[in-house]
Amino acid sequence: MNTLVYTFHFYLFGLIAIASALAFVTRKSAVAAALWLVNTMFCLSALFVMLDAQFVAAVQVLVYAGAIMVVFLFVVMLLNLGEASEVTDIRSLGGKLTAGFVGLLMLAELFSLSRLKFPRLMGAMTDHANVVNPVSAPLFHEFLLPFEVTSVVLLVAVIGAVVLAKRGPKAQ
Amino acid sequence: MIHLATLAQGQIYSQFYDKLVPVTGVPWLLFTILKMLVVFTVIMVGVAMLTLAERKISAWIQDRIGPNRTGYGGLLQPAADGLKNIMKEETYPDAANMKLFILAPMLSFIPALITFAVIPFASPLSTKWGLVEMSVANLPIGFLYILAIASLGVYGVVLAGWSSNNKYSLLGGLRSSAQMVSYEISMGMAAVAVLLLSGNVSLQAIVSQQQAMGWNIFPLLIGFFIFCVAAFAETNRLPFDLPEAESELIAGYHTEYSAMKFSMFFIAEYSNMVTASALMVTLFFGGWDIPGTQWDNIPPWTVLKFLITGAVFFGKLLSFIFVFMWVRWTLPRFRYDQLMSLGWKFMLPLALCYIVITGGAVLGLDMLGVSRSVQWFGIAPFWAALGVLNLVLAALVFVVLDRGRIISPAYSRLSARQVAHLRAISAGRSLVAPQGD
Repeated sequence: MNTLVYTFHFYLFGLIAIASALAFVTRKSAVAAALWLVNTMFCLSALFVMLDAQFVAAVQVLVYAGAIMVVFLFVVMLLNLGEASEVTDIRSLGGKLTAGFVGLLMLAELFSLSRLKFPRLMGAMTDHANVVNPVSAPLFHEFLLPFEVTSVVLLVAVIGAVVLAKRGPKAQ
Repeated sequence: MIHLATLAQGQIYSQFYDKLVPVTGVPWLLFTILKMLVVFTVIMVGVAMLTLAERKISAWIQDRIGPNRTGYGGLLQPAADGLKNIMKEETYPDAANMKLFILAPMLSFIPALITFAVIPFASPLSTKWGLVEMSVANLPIGFLYILAIASLGVYGVVLAGWSSNNKYSLLGGLRSSAQMVSYEISMGMAAVAVLLLSGNVSLQAIVSQQQAMGWNIFPLLIGFFIFCVAAFAETNRLPFDLPEAESELIAGYHTEYSAMKFSMFFIAEYSNMVTASALMVTLFFGGWDIPGTQWDNIPPWTVLKFLITGAVFFGKLLSFIFVFMWVRWTLPRFRYDQLMSLGWKFMLPLALCYIVITGGAVLGLDMLGVSRSVQWFGIAPFWAALGVLNLVLAALVFVVLDRGRIISPAYSRLSARQVAHLRAISAGRSLVAPQGD
């Protein structure tokens, strides 16, 4: 009974995620595409919950849905109200064929990678009262240096963006 | 040391809850469905009554009578309004993007209703099938779930503004997204201080930590201040109601909506207000804890205890909702630049500094071995030490914030530097304009 429910939900969310992802790349309207991307993120989050990674699921919605919000703002402000059919990137048959080929290549890569065994970084969840600790403890003890370096890289990117934006009309 | 503290919190948590077997199987399913129905009904009826309360309170503040014709003292006014909204003709603008126009009220309505699901609203109840937790879903990620779902509410507003194909709606939607994205960060950062103290993100664990140590309002006073202001901005209530500023934007993002679709935005706003109040109660005012007694924190979990703690929780909740309404009919609206500079130049740096200070203080107090449990006169030394620190910080913050140092008041004259800045902007514009060189 339990496995049946699990399998049903796995295929349900998995299929919706794939369908939404396909809709995301094929829609011509940028707003519709962004909404389908939100839907994909939701289904992935549901799959994370089924893997008992509830913290990752919450962060998936919080961070990605929040980031897509910024995409939305760009769409609304830059492509202001116009029908977005002119902004589509896929213009020729050649482009579509190349995209399909690259997609197949990545699928093949995924299949070959799934045969490898990756080392498990985290043990199975044992303490259900505290779900943040299994993520935060390795992050702030064993992998503190990579974590800090990553944050510095992100900070550099932010400062770079501010500097580029601050240059203003004089530089042009 | 932090680890030890977290462990101690875990023990407090398990001491309260692990002794009794939680309800499982079919009774669990039935209880969950029952809780869902009850919470949904209470919120929907509550929201209807809150619209009446808002009109009554505004009337009281403005020395009027308010609605008093329908039912006894106007009690049936919400029913009359609801009936009118359902019977009313829906209008659809010609140029609107119809799919998104219909989707937007739903996207606003659903997140507003499902956030309440994780909030523990009373003490658990001992039944013959096992212990029933009094929240619809006691998720271990409690607080993160609320942040995640609350961040989705803005989609409804932006889509409504965009799909209406109306410049006022669009401006309202853009303002709202800018406002919510800015204040969401301060809100999350302010709550990090609470999480530092509780060592867990589960709302039930946060409540039991406060039961053991005392309410968070005193040791995290600044955190509460930031959270409260951000909550007003997140719910689009005055003084932050720029998305629907009627004097500039007609009605902002819901200008084109009528009948029940408009009503759904309205319900969403009020249930967001209920959830924000419930969060403030849970994070800073002890949730369903009754102050000054330990009777409510220990088994046996009787029906009487459940009823009393539930009443205490809703009493606290209603007093916060009253504050929301009181503020709405007292304060004027912020100007847009004031809103942004408050969010980014004051609230966010303050929240970040506060995390560092609170983290340092918690670490230091734990290292000194200051006890987190109640010792003299029913006060925990840890709680008192953090509280005194916060009083000092609060004095500093309010001295700095005062007299238009951060937010320039509307009556203030522009400084020479600001005039130069504005002139530079208009000079830059003239370069772009066709008559420029």
